Amino acid sequence: MTVDAAELQRRTAELLAAQPPATTDRLDFLRARFDAGLAWVHYPEGLGGLGAPRSLQVVVDAALEAAGAPDNDPRRIGIGLGMAAPTILKYGTEEQKQRFLRPLWVGEEVWCQLFSEPGAGSDLAALGTRAVREGEDWVVNGQKVWTSSAHLARWAILIARTDPDVPKHAGITYFVCDMTDPGVEVRPLRQITGEAEFNEVFLTGVRIPDSRRLGEVGDGWRVAQTTLNNERVAIGGMRLPREGGMIGPVSKTWRERPELRTHDLHQRLLKLWVEAEVARLTGERLRQQLALGQPGPEGAGMKLAFARLNQEISGLEVELLGEEGLLYDDWTMRRPELVDFTGRDAGYRYLRSKGNSIEGGTSEVLLNIVAERVLGLPSEPRTDKDVAWKDLAR
Amino acid sequence: MTAQSTQPDLLYSEEEEALRAAVRDLLADHCDAPGVIARTESETPHDLSAWKALSDGMGLAGLLVPEELGGQGATHREVAVVLEELGRAVAPVPYLTSAVVATEALLAVEDEELLGRLASGRTIGALAVGLHTAPGADFKVVHVQGGALQGELTGIADALAADVLLVPADDGGLYAVDTEAATITPQVSFDLTRPLATVTLNGAPGRRLGEAEPAVRRALRAGAGLLASEQLGLADWALTETVRYLKERKQFNRPVGGFQALKHRLAQLWLEVVSLRAAARAAADALANGESGQEAAVAVAVAQAYAAPVAVRAAEEALQLHGGLGMTWEHPVHLNLKRAKADSIAYGTAGAHREALAELVDLSAP
Repeated sequence: MTVDAAELQRRTAELLAAQPPATTDRLDFLRARFDAGLAWVHYPEGLGGLGAPRSLQVVVDAALEAAGAPDNDPRRIGIGLGMAAPTILKYGTEEQKQRFLRPLWVGEEVWCQLFSEPGAGSDLAALGTRAVREGEDWVVNGQKVWTSSAHLARWAILIARTDPDVPKHAGITYFVCDMTDPGVEVRPLRQITGEAEFNEVFLTGVRIPDSRRLGEVGDGWRVAQTTLNNERVAIGGMRLPREGGMIGPVSKTWRERPELRTHDLHQRLLKLWVEAEVARLTGERLRQQLALGQPGPEGAGMKLAFARLNQEISGLEVELLGEEGLLYDDWTMRRPELVDFTGRDAGYRYLRSKGNSIEGGTSEVLLNIVAERVLGLPSEPRTDKDVAWKDLAR
Repeated sequence: MTAQSTQPDLLYSEEEEALRAAVRDLLADHCDAPGVIARTESETPHDLSAWKALSDGMGLAGLLVPEELGGQGATHREVAVVLEELGRAVAPVPYLTSAVVATEALLAVEDEELLGRLASGRTIGALAVGLHTAPGADFKVVHVQGGALQGELTGIADALAADVLLVPADDGGLYAVDTEAATITPQVSFDLTRPLATVTLNGAPGRRLGEAEPAVRRALRAGAGLLASEQLGLADWALTETVRYLKERKQFNRPVGGFQALKHRLAQLWLEVVSLRAAARAAADALANGESGQEAAVAVAVAQAYAAPVAVRAAEEALQLHGGLGMTWEHPVHLNLKRAKADSIAYGTAGAHREALAELVDLSAP
């Protein structure tokens, strides 16, 4: 039986009656919501869902919001929700799903992603972090970088090389790493904004039991594709109202401060306003396709569009501010829990948006992906395809 | 803003996809590129047999006209799908001008008799306002005295094919004039598939239909909003053809489409075409949901401000990436480029639509 909107409304009302938000502890409420299958309704029963159409989540969310129920602070736990969860759902054992998904969704356990390395960014499959089998454990040594939330995380999704004698994509295995284990060292990585939003993570003799492997040994690259595809959807697929993104603050400044206006800035602002609105509509169209179970290839495209727009709009905003654009709000090394574009000033937005075309796949790599997977154009000649990882030039 | 207005339905329904397939089939039979090119050099630039097949055979001229007046009672969404396909084929038929713009003007003045005739497709109508005119811009009028019209109007699209002209006059009225009573002189047009003409009225009899101002505004807004779908079709064709060609064409012992410099250009173009599809669908949906609202005005202005540069760039990229072939008369990319460039002026330039938008969304000029 497919669970429909009326049934979801009934179950939501039941949850609210059993756990009145006003008198229930926040985490208790969220746990009860998960157990009622109302966390992510498209997930299977017993894992926070009811196997309902994904598009019906809004029915639950709207009813709970109206009742003043607490949410799970999805932005703070975005990596867990957007990347770890779909990967665990697809490749995890029953035991792993039972262990990880509930505290992940509730937000009791924060996740991070140990993928990128100093020597393997866009060429992620070239990674050098080693995992060597010792009895029931794997012993991991290496260094990861650009790890957001590592300083807050309880768990990490990790890819490591388990076989250096085969070509690079073939010798990778996917693990869940316990960030509290000995040998895991997290160091802040300070960025051009002054913040340390990311981390370097050093892994020295970290022991991961084989029961925390996700997928088969050597199949980690395929497992990682699930994570990466979901990452791009998560980055590009935020639902925004009109003027909901970077165009919002600059439009507001334009309206409130006529003394800053020039004709040149007006033309550029209008052009970017149109592009931001069109990008918003394109994202909306993608979501409508997804809701019907027709995922389009637009996900990678949306990330490209938002990266370029964020950079152009924030650049314009600094110029619009004129004299104030010469100032910066705060160079203190902060350790933010999430990227807060609107809580900072234009200079911060300008600098931080430079990362948008790098993180989660550089724009150049995404253009290749679109050209090859969407348009079916021939791929680049590859010189590393049949060469064992250990024999590659580094 | 209402919930509906911020969440337009941006997908195609199954019926719309079926309509698309039917129109595409019909155009494959009637409007192949060599045929269109040959026709542009003839005395009769319009393909009236294709028009007859679209209107008589499929009833598409009456999509926007209510059923009780002999139309199909459909919406701008279906019209948009038809225009996408007409744009893809650069079809020389007066669909946008008669079935959309003239029809919208007649819907505004509620002239049932003419609406029925236009819906059948047996009468072709043209709004006698220059094709370049933006929905909010001033338009030229003729002098009226005792029901007779006097004056000259230029840049009237598809007037050569029209049976009836809808002419704004200096008394504020919109008049119906039979083309037999007017002198229609072809102008040498940049886009040969949507030719312009001068209309000269020398004491021509006209029938007053109603107020010109609201009818012209409504007609131009619908024209501008749905033009974005034609531009989408043009851009989509340019991209698809270029990708196909670059997979086949070899240079330096490799398919040209394997070179990263070109792949990135095509991927970027794909992104713009995908975005244009969302913008064009949003405009069609907003028009379908009620003509007079501010939301429809924003959606139309956004779509037009975005569509024109994308369609032109797609055609220009297609020409460049086809190399020498792209510069020839026999390859259809020039039809596509000429239409795309002319479309960038039709019903207002991108700049004119951005100016309109500035007022609509409170981002006023200095």
